[in-house]
Amino acid sequence: MIEFHLDGRSGVAPYMQLIHQVRHALRLGLLREGDQLPKVKDVSAGLAINPNTVLKAYRELEYEGLAAARPGVGTFVTGTLDGGSLAAHGPLRRELQRWLIKARRAGLDDESIEALFASTFRSAREEDIA
Amino acid sequence: MTAVIETEGLGKRYRTRWALAGCTLSIPAGHVVGLVGPNGAGKTTLINLATGMLAPSAGAIEVLGGRPAADSAQLARVGYLAQEAPVYAGFSIADHLRLGAHLNPGWDADMARRRIDRLDLDPRQKAGKLSGGQRAQLALTLAVAKRPELLILDEPVASLDPLARREFLQDLMETVAEHQVSVVLSSHLISDLERVCDYVIVLVDSRVRVAGPVDELLAAHHLLSGPRRDPASLPAGVEVVSASHTDVQTTLLARTSGPVLDPAWTVSELGLEDLVLAYMKQPATRSHPLEVLK
Repeated sequence: MIEFHLDGRSGVAPYMQLIHQVRHALRLGLLREGDQLPKVKDVSAGLAINPNTVLKAYRELEYEGLAAARPGVGTFVTGTLDGGSLAAHGPLRRELQRWLIKARRAGLDDESIEALFASTFRSAREEDIA
Repeated sequence: MTAVIETEGLGKRYRTRWALAGCTLSIPAGHVVGLVGPNGAGKTTLINLATGMLAPSAGAIEVLGGRPAADSAQLARVGYLAQEAPVYAGFSIADHLRLGAHLNPGWDADMARRRIDRLDLDPRQKAGKLSGGQRAQLALTLAVAKRPELLILDEPVASLDPLARREFLQDLMETVAEHQVSVVLSSHLISDLERVCDYVIVLVDSRVRVAGPVDELLAAHHLLSGPRRDPASLPAGVEVVSASHTDVQTTLLARTSGPVLDPAWTVSELGLEDLVLAYMKQPATRSHPLEVLK
């Protein structure tokens, strides 16, 4: 079972934060098909958030085909996001680590590295679309 | 879906001053409604009208389809927690629960006992010896154990420290999730409401400035920034809530009926707190249109 948290300063709507956290856990293999998501009541009580917010997040996950509600029991994971790519994470991470070392040697600080990654990521995605 | 509170031109006058005026609302069931506004805006007046402790000077109000506090059946359907969570200092917690059981036909003794257990309170303890947070929890227990359809809370967390405030709201949200009770709570602490409320009413100077589901309000409001220009020159369907200008730039918080397509504007999304604050700061009378720099 995963545990949700909320970043009040992020500006991202609470229900989106819950969705992101489920998707993130699916990608990392922390959640698998058949796993139960935390009960609405427990999430509401734990985070002091409106139960409708949790329901909205779970409905959205259902719509995406990632979860399904079993009435009276709870909401369960029905989909997967890793697509077998989990095995590729290790080598990719090592490559990225090598790249980070190079970036530091070139004198980039944390902020520049993040900015470079974000802008490269964005332009690559735009090329994909175009 | 029926309205939990429906008002039409509702007003309350004290001598010459209107504490609440021209208030027309229809709050659907199943929400946690935040009633926000500066001190003296009329929040408590609206709550006192909804609980039947005040009679309107103008207009009409219905709560759960009936006249507030019309009879004992109507009283049983509404739970109310007054400001500062009043309890009887000389009574023990157990005395309070006995009192609740005597006064409320639908009293859920099991639920009350479970809540007191969970809060780790000794039933023999005198209410006067409780901390502010514990007192608020006891008062909330009395309000929810009568199993109301609507719970009205007047500034429930204003006097609590941040930890007690969080615990109170956690407890309240658990109750909402478990018993599907509708809630109206007033507060001037907007940050607390951001998590718990899915419907908001902004009261300023005795009037409702804006009201609606939080999702819809957030989707309809945008922060626009761009080269300086007169807000009066904006296309139809864009309603300016607040505007600020430098010599070269104009920043607007605007309500729009559709997407903003003008490429001159950079559009960003808003949080609930920014939105509410903008409405609170908005002057009651519209300011004169800005003179455009040539």
